[in-house]
Amino acid sequence: MRFTFAGAEYEGREGETLAAALVRNGVLGGFRSIYRGRPRGVYSAHEEEPNALVQVGPEPLVRATLVELEDGLVADPLAGKGRLVPAPRPRCDAAHARCDVLVVGGGRSGRAAAAAARGRVILVEQLGCAPLDGVQVLAHTTALGVYDGNYVVAAERGRRLWKIRALRIVLATGAIERPALFPGNDRPGVMLASAFEAYGRPAGATPVSGGFSPRVHLWSQAGGRLRWDDRIGAPVPAGELRGIECAGRLTGAGLPDAPPFALPDGDEDETFVDLERDATVADVRRAVEAGLRSVEHVKRYTSIGTGSDQGKTANVNAIRVAAELLGVHPGELGTTTFRPPYVPVSFALVAGRDRGELFDPVRVTPMHPWHVAHGAVFEDVGQWKRPRYYPRPGEEMDAAVLRECRAVCEAVGMQDVSTLGKIDVQGPDALELLNRLYTNALDSLEVGRCRYALMCRADGMVLDDGVVMRVGERRYLCTTTTGNAAAVLAWMEEWLQTEWPELRVRLTSVTEQWATAAVAGPDARELLAPLTEIPLDAERFPFMAIREGEVAGIPARVARVSFSGELAFEVSVDGRRGLELWEALAAAGDVTPYGTEAMHVLRAEKAYPIVGQDTDGTVTPFDLGLDWIVSRTKPDFVGKRSFARADTSRPDRKQLVALLPLDPRELVPEGAQLAETAELTPPVPMLGHVTSSYRSAALGRTFALALLAGGRGRVGDVLYAVPPRGDGVPVRVAEPVLYDPEGARRDGRPR
Amino acid sequence: MLRVPCPWCGERDEVEFSYGGQAGVRYPADPAALSDEEWAEFLFYRDNPKGRFVERWVHTHGCRRFLELERDTLTHEIHVRGR
Repeated sequence: MRFTFAGAEYEGREGETLAAALVRNGVLGGFRSIYRGRPRGVYSAHEEEPNALVQVGPEPLVRATLVELEDGLVADPLAGKGRLVPAPRPRCDAAHARCDVLVVGGGRSGRAAAAAARGRVILVEQLGCAPLDGVQVLAHTTALGVYDGNYVVAAERGRRLWKIRALRIVLATGAIERPALFPGNDRPGVMLASAFEAYGRPAGATPVSGGFSPRVHLWSQAGGRLRWDDRIGAPVPAGELRGIECAGRLTGAGLPDAPPFALPDGDEDETFVDLERDATVADVRRAVEAGLRSVEHVKRYTSIGTGSDQGKTANVNAIRVAAELLGVHPGELGTTTFRPPYVPVSFALVAGRDRGELFDPVRVTPMHPWHVAHGAVFEDVGQWKRPRYYPRPGEEMDAAVLRECRAVCEAVGMQDVSTLGKIDVQGPDALELLNRLYTNALDSLEVGRCRYALMCRADGMVLDDGVVMRVGERRYLCTTTTGNAAAVLAWMEEWLQTEWPELRVRLTSVTEQWATAAVAGPDARELLAPLTEIPLDAERFPFMAIREGEVAGIPARVARVSFSGELAFEVSVDGRRGLELWEALAAAGDVTPYGTEAMHVLRAEKAYPIVGQDTDGTVTPFDLGLDWIVSRTKPDFVGKRSFARADTSRPDRKQLVALLPLDPRELVPEGAQLAETAELTPPVPMLGHVTSSYRSAALGRTFALALLAGGRGRVGDVLYAVPPRGDGVPVRVAEPVLYDPEGARRDGRPR
Repeated sequence: MLRVPCPWCGERDEVEFSYGGQAGVRYPADPAALSDEEWAEFLFYRDNPKGRFVERWVHTHGCRRFLELERDTLTHEIHVRGR
């Protein structure tokens, strides 16, 4: 077979590595070092290679010693740095395995351990490896790390990530030869004696050896101790680890005595300790003379061990040199910390199949096909795809959102709100549980009625909000914000299971079981009336009431709740019939579908906060101006005690206010900081920040919500909203509710 | 990766669970009766031992069961099966 290296063509053999083929073809140089540009050649025969780094197609920084030759292979030498090629990477995969015994290393002792082991046995070997009876042999597979519970992650040919759980691990990882220290020990042709043998004693090459260092990396990662072995001049595993054994040369057994150690006789700046980082004995001397005593500090000062080879041939020499210069025993210096991965891994390998559309699960509502067919632009809310707005042909987002807002204020719109979390709370003590978790007093909530409700953490900060519906004597349905559904269920479960197990309540997530359409606007009754027998007038279907019946022939629960401030009905049906409901509503009249952006604008005009946008875990209900929602009569609920803390009653707490830019066309960016003056001379006291900012159709201008220190006392003041770049925008502080503060619109068109 | 014992599902990989911090920090019977210092102690102060630590875990991607176990924060060894 033929292959190309640095533009020249060579003949290769089946089963050879690129490095072996180069050496056999007489290429003993061909590489350059990263900083000093010194000529270099293949130095080793394994993963420890510091010099022979190549680019193979889009794959950067591959070790020539680990590249299996194939016909037509094209490789180019790299001087220590890879080149990112904007090409799609091959799809990688993951595999999971369990075994009784995992053997790492396919040398003589590894194979012997695998052959002797009972049960299910896996052997991983980073080079080629002959099959073994009764053993699953993973050749060209490198163990990257050992984690808690004997969990080993290994890379097969850089393409498949193995995750192996083993009852017992046998480490038979062998040893790495280290360079002898003499001036010019990096010149092309100089190679480790073990490589010289592996490559068949190539003509013109010079074998060198500074002794062998056991591959203690995995042992040390797993928490195993090390001790310095004077005979071999390197650290070896010491003590015991449960479920992990060491075998063969890793223990130091069978390794030759190290040659006597001495500092080089000659130019220390030509004597290399770390070839990949171009670091020499002179660099270690400079570090020690600068007063550094710890190997970790020497590492950081010299960068020894920080190359992509992680100093596999360098670290032990660095310890020995530093110890010699410091006049201490090398065992006293210890080692630097061994961390996974043992060899470099590509992000493509780590990602595996979790890329593109498989990166994260996508959740869609039953109405999703309709949204797609009607040109919705989607936004991600948690894992959900929610329509953000529905542009008409040629319509920009701002125009679409203003049109959708206007439709809800002046006629009727509909929104898919199926993504709201829904928790079914059942049992004789359901009311008691909810009373303890929500700030509201819920005792007076009758069957068939619902209430806006707020939950706080024990520290008094807002956790979530939603609507609590009493759908039966002992049954409630609680809605949560879209992104918080799982967290709120876990929160309720935690209290129920750990603090109040005596409460007879069961919690069930029913988010997907219900599909919900919000029909909002002064013409909402006109749209719904032909589809249902349920009386819709305000007397028989008052605000915050729930009715059951049929809508468009589908059994439905209808709630008169409003997140827009307009007259609104939220119609919930069996999730499987959500699309049918939606299509019936769309066909029932001139109704405008609206997305989350219009919903955000409409709710912000009413200062309805969005948990997680207008709050950030440091905001109490009082900060939001929601004093009315906090019960004063309940003896306790989660968070109540914290409202009496000094911190939560400070007058200068950040409070929710509205901001009106003095220029009604100017939109301040969300996240902008609030400052007292236009002049920004550091230090600038930061008074708060903008949490929401929109253009309002109803107000005919821009507006924002903000958390402002002592905000409620500052209504009328002019402040400056300062974006990350650019000048502050003058804004006037206003009461948070900007539109329909009397709530006159929730019953329909004001007369 | 740890193997976490779930009382309902048996031993499962750690990725199925969420961590819940120190176990056994009971919600006070009458929070209103506590001084600010005592309440702050409940809210904010937790042990952080080197060694055995009784922890709360929840089998998030399984049965949603909350459980307690004793784990050595140094060796990550799990000593006691939770209730």
